[in-house]
Amino acid sequence: MSTQPAALRSKNELIEKWSKPEVITGSEMLLRSLVLEGVECVFGYPGGAVLYIYDAMYGFSDFHHVLTRHEQGAIHAADGYARATGKVGVVIATSGPGATNLVTGIATAYMDSVPLVVITGNVPRSAIGTDAFQEADIVGITMPITKHSYLVRKAEDIPRIIREAFHIASTGRRGPVLIDIPKDVSAEKGLFKPVTEVNLRGYNPTIVPNKLQIEKLLKAIAEAKRPVVLAGGGVIASGAHEELLRFIETTQIPITTTLLGLGGFPSGHELWMGMPGMHGTYTANKAIQGADLLINIGARFDDRVTMKVQGFAPNAKIAHIDIDPAEIGKNVPTDIPIVGDVKKVLELLNREAKRTDQADEWRAQIAAWKREMPLRYEDSDTELKPQWVIEMIYETTKGDAIVTADVGQHQMWVAQYYKFNKPRSWITSGGLGTMGFGFPSAIGAQMAHPDRTVVSINGDGGMQMCAQELAVCAINNIPVKVAIINNQVLGMVRQWQEIIYDERYSHIDLAGSPDFVKLAEAYGVRGFRATNKAEAREAWEKALRHDGPAVVEFVVSKYENVYPMVTQGSTLDDMILGDA
Amino acid sequence: MERHTISILVNNQPGVLQRVAGLFGRRGFNIESITVGESEEPGLSRMVIVTTGDDKTIEQIGKQLYKLIDVIKVVDLSESPMVARELALIKVHAEPAHRPEILGVVETFRASVVDIGASTMIVQAVGDSDKIDAIIELLKPYGIRELSRTGVTAMTRGTR
Repeated sequence: MSTQPAALRSKNELIEKWSKPEVITGSEMLLRSLVLEGVECVFGYPGGAVLYIYDAMYGFSDFHHVLTRHEQGAIHAADGYARATGKVGVVIATSGPGATNLVTGIATAYMDSVPLVVITGNVPRSAIGTDAFQEADIVGITMPITKHSYLVRKAEDIPRIIREAFHIASTGRRGPVLIDIPKDVSAEKGLFKPVTEVNLRGYNPTIVPNKLQIEKLLKAIAEAKRPVVLAGGGVIASGAHEELLRFIETTQIPITTTLLGLGGFPSGHELWMGMPGMHGTYTANKAIQGADLLINIGARFDDRVTMKVQGFAPNAKIAHIDIDPAEIGKNVPTDIPIVGDVKKVLELLNREAKRTDQADEWRAQIAAWKREMPLRYEDSDTELKPQWVIEMIYETTKGDAIVTADVGQHQMWVAQYYKFNKPRSWITSGGLGTMGFGFPSAIGAQMAHPDRTVVSINGDGGMQMCAQELAVCAINNIPVKVAIINNQVLGMVRQWQEIIYDERYSHIDLAGSPDFVKLAEAYGVRGFRATNKAEAREAWEKALRHDGPAVVEFVVSKYENVYPMVTQGSTLDDMILGDA
Repeated sequence: MERHTISILVNNQPGVLQRVAGLFGRRGFNIESITVGESEEPGLSRMVIVTTGDDKTIEQIGKQLYKLIDVIKVVDLSESPMVARELALIKVHAEPAHRPEILGVVETFRASVVDIGASTMIVQAVGDSDKIDAIIELLKPYGIRELSRTGVTAMTRGTR
């Protein structure tokens, strides 16, 4: 398949081509400014208020535009593109409903600090505030879920605003920036002058940490008998996986990676303990609770990680490294605050960090926990177990695929059983927990990496929240391999109702779902179904070999639960281990 | 829970008040009063917000405000000696027979009368919030028809 526009030229050629000052429309300014930012692919959906922008795109071949079937699919795809590359994802939608359909996607990106530039049309300036057709105050609606936003007031501001938006989205703590362009501004002519400098007085992220705090942490490491590293998405955002590996190998501190931190550290490493938190491993949770020093590297002490905060890491001195000062001390009182870019901080730490010689007993304890209490499930020869399916997908893709997951039980099983070794190979909505994210985000990841295997693992619930994007895979031959872990029920809700709500199963039965094989085929995508291990392996291998998109429905056991589980209001060491 | 007066220098951009007020609202920070106006620098406005909270909350307020791109500088004025003033317009029921008494109150508080009607007077009072509270209490027995307070604006004393 080819996702690169045929006419896509080298960056320098494009800069030369599009940098000339010239009187053009706001729409043309927008496209040129995007090209000058290095944009290669945007996701979008046209409509009344962006007609001038789409008119300017007619025949424009210097970036690729992917037409989705729903604005939500477009923004999740842009998000997947951004997570798979570290580059800024770009999405375009029209005013009113087009813009409001982006809201879930913007909030998803905001919660997981994903760099996006979101471009919406709006009604003409003179109509703003009159409840005009397809008018919505999208700047106002999205203020709580954007890093920043703009309402463009004149066309000549577009180059500056685009430059600022990309700068804000992709530096500091990353996040989505929204640019709302009234229709008449996109039509208005003005002098286009490329902008390269950014001048934002109120925006200066701290990159280099305070030296005194670094020394404090080094001293704490030297004194620690039971140290633990908790690494999060910040490691991946700052590209610090190599520095982290070196830090761990030097200090020999056991490490746990959060849901968004998976892939930031090789899962096969002997010091890796798995994921912590509500569905974390026994070892990771016990280690946090027993630690005398907890070093948080680019994670935000999310409540699904800490569980009951009073009683979280009760014996530990807490060090917290984060680029966002507001995260430090927000949820967990911190002894050693370090504000800075994770990569920079680790570079400085690595200069002087030494092996934690006093922690040999601790490492032995952790090795024993790992040996005695691994993740486990009861396999079956009659039923297909979802955990087995994830292990099979891991095995057949050699752990080398980019994997996206939706939200729910299957997401936790992927996090537990797919062993990620590289950063940016795991894409999921962690903070917002957005169902419907898994599949369209894979389209974005595949656009970014045409030559890699991209696997999207979904439940039968979430798959139906954005299934329409199968059309995009079919028409563009985007070869995403979609796995549907079908247990015919909203599994995570069922699990909570079983354990916490006395088995009162309320509105979780997904009977009436389509035949997913036929659904795929209706879109022109290959479909397979598997109900046992032999079928599962065969169907999956066929799908992997198929030159194009494919859907494999795995019909799995309905009553499987995710374990371990820490219920809300409990501390991390109060785990339900399950009966396997 | 202590009262803090926070001065925020912001870009004078459309929507900036919404950004700041929205931040307080969604994170559960309290706003007792808020004032906005031009600052000494063209293009920048100064907001003064009076809030209450424990140390952790006040620290979060500062840090979260700094995350707004349009926020240039945040100062907790309560950390050092400050001058804090608000202005109140008080329309008080004032039959001619009661006016001398009311004028006595006005004089004591170094307030002034800015309008006199057939049966009302508008009293303008400037001072810290306690002083405004006190004059309102004293005028209450005459009957307050309408009350409008600006909220506190403030700055640190001395050269800082």
